[in-house]
Amino acid sequence: MKSLLEITINTESDIIAARQIARETSNTIGFDKVDQARIVTAISEIAKNIIMYALVGVITIEILEKDNKKGISIRAIDRGPGIVDIKSVLDESNLKGLGAGLPGVRRLMDSLEIESDVGKGTRVYMEKWLR
Amino acid sequence: MEQLLIDYKQILSDYVVNRKEETLYNGQNYVRQLIQKNVAPEDVINIHRKAVEEIYTELPDSLSHAYDFLIEVMVQYGMKTREHQSLLIQKEELRIEMEIAARIQNILLNTTVPKIDQLDIGMISEPIRKMNGDYVHFLFDEEEDYLSIAVADVVGKGVPAALCMSMLKNGLETLEYGNNDPSYILQVLNRIIEKSVDDGMFVSSFYGRYDVNSSILTYGSAGHEPALYFNSKENAFCDLECKGLLLGVMPEVKYSQSNIRLEENDFIMIVTDGVTELRDCDVIDSRNLLKEIAFSIRHLPAQEMCEKIYLELQRLQDYNLEDDFTIVILKK
Ligand SMILES: Nc1ncnc2c1ncn2[C@@H]1O[C@H](COP(=O)(O)OP(=O)(O)OP(=O)(O)O)[C@@H](O)[C@H]1O
Ligand SMILES: [Mg+2]
Repeated sequence: MKSLLEITINTESDIIAARQIARETSNTIGFDKVDQARIVTAISEIAKNIIMYALVGVITIEILEKDNKKGISIRAIDRGPGIVDIKSVLDESNLKGLGAGLPGVRRLMDSLEIESDVGKGTRVYMEKWLR
Repeated sequence: MEQLLIDYKQILSDYVVNRKEETLYNGQNYVRQLIQKNVAPEDVINIHRKAVEEIYTELPDSLSHAYDFLIEVMVQYGMKTREHQSLLIQKEELRIEMEIAARIQNILLNTTVPKIDQLDIGMISEPIRKMNGDYVHFLFDEEEDYLSIAVADVVGKGVPAALCMSMLKNGLETLEYGNNDPSYILQVLNRIIEKSVDDGMFVSSFYGRYDVNSSILTYGSAGHEPALYFNSKENAFCDLECKGLLLGVMPEVKYSQSNIRLEENDFIMIVTDGVTELRDCDVIDSRNLLKEIAFSIRHLPAQEMCEKIYLELQRLQDYNLEDDFTIVILKK
């Protein structure tokens, strides 16, 4: 069985909806309260970035199962301006990457991947597995 | 995490019963374990919450929710403070590098003032920040009895300016034979700076060659502000006007040069714009102020004059000068 949840992100209340769904889903998977808070914070940052930089986007939440392990994946896609220098926005030690957002999200989750075509949009993919 | 919880619960349950200083101390030592295991702030709250829930079995649900809330806040807080810390660490690293660079600059661009019987030379050059964007270079050719003086001011600050200065110095050193014409020297320096330095990095420079035997100063300027000449017979100052483009703007610039003969007690003051661009004071007023101060202490040796002028201007500007500050005085 594959459980896919899709949320269109366009306004601040969509961020709250995404948070709510992420919290319920991660709770169902069995994440403890602290990890739930981390997953929700991560989705919140990504959703906020969509609103701030791309205006509109879609976030998909999926329950993962592999080798008896469970996890959650979050995918965000937008058709905004894209990110020119992905390396530097992920680099905490980079003065230009002023935001705490993306490096912070990477720490909260197990993995974070960003792909972007400048002018065409940004795709963010992240996972967290139950320990 | 399990062991951390067991230890914490032990210390906490001791404390709520005995409230001893010793237990608080144990609590502080416990922090070492947290640091070693790199435990995030939200995890610390969670450990506390679990310990509390295990010690007091019948807690109201609302208290449990309150902990959930705190954990949520701490995730965000931890994320943002960690970023703040990494910026602080970086700032510190930069500061250290800057200090090293400044030390190297001091060694590289150290100016020694030559001692000559026929001419009294004074100099002061005070950077506003760690790196000095002004540079003074003397060369005394004893065989030919020529003294060369270069005073340069990089448009720009900090490390790039300092690197640019080092190049200028190298240029001066490889180029210089005391009897070269200032116009020629400026032309070559311009070529060096124009070719090798980033666009937008310019240098203003005064260059003078003093013939010790004839007391004639031949001088040229690359966009540098006019040096001040004090004629002691007439008790008056005049500007040593000399046109020329800043170094580094364009390739193949030609510079002109002029001559002036120094008589007994005459002096020449070469300054950078840190001296004449004072706060709440236009350039003309600043230059007049400079003349006034210099005039009042004209009987002092050149070095003392430089120092006095610096102190006086600093005082007038409430010890808050805004630019690198350089004065060279040549006094016969
Ligand atoms: N979806 C996106 N589309 C286009 N650019 C983005 C997107 N997400 C992030 N960026 C770019 O990456 C940079 C870093 O994002 P990040 O979330 O790490 O920090 P921030 O949003 O600037 O600050 P903070 O999240 O701390 O408020 C942003 O400043 C923005 O330029
Ligand atoms: Mg952001």
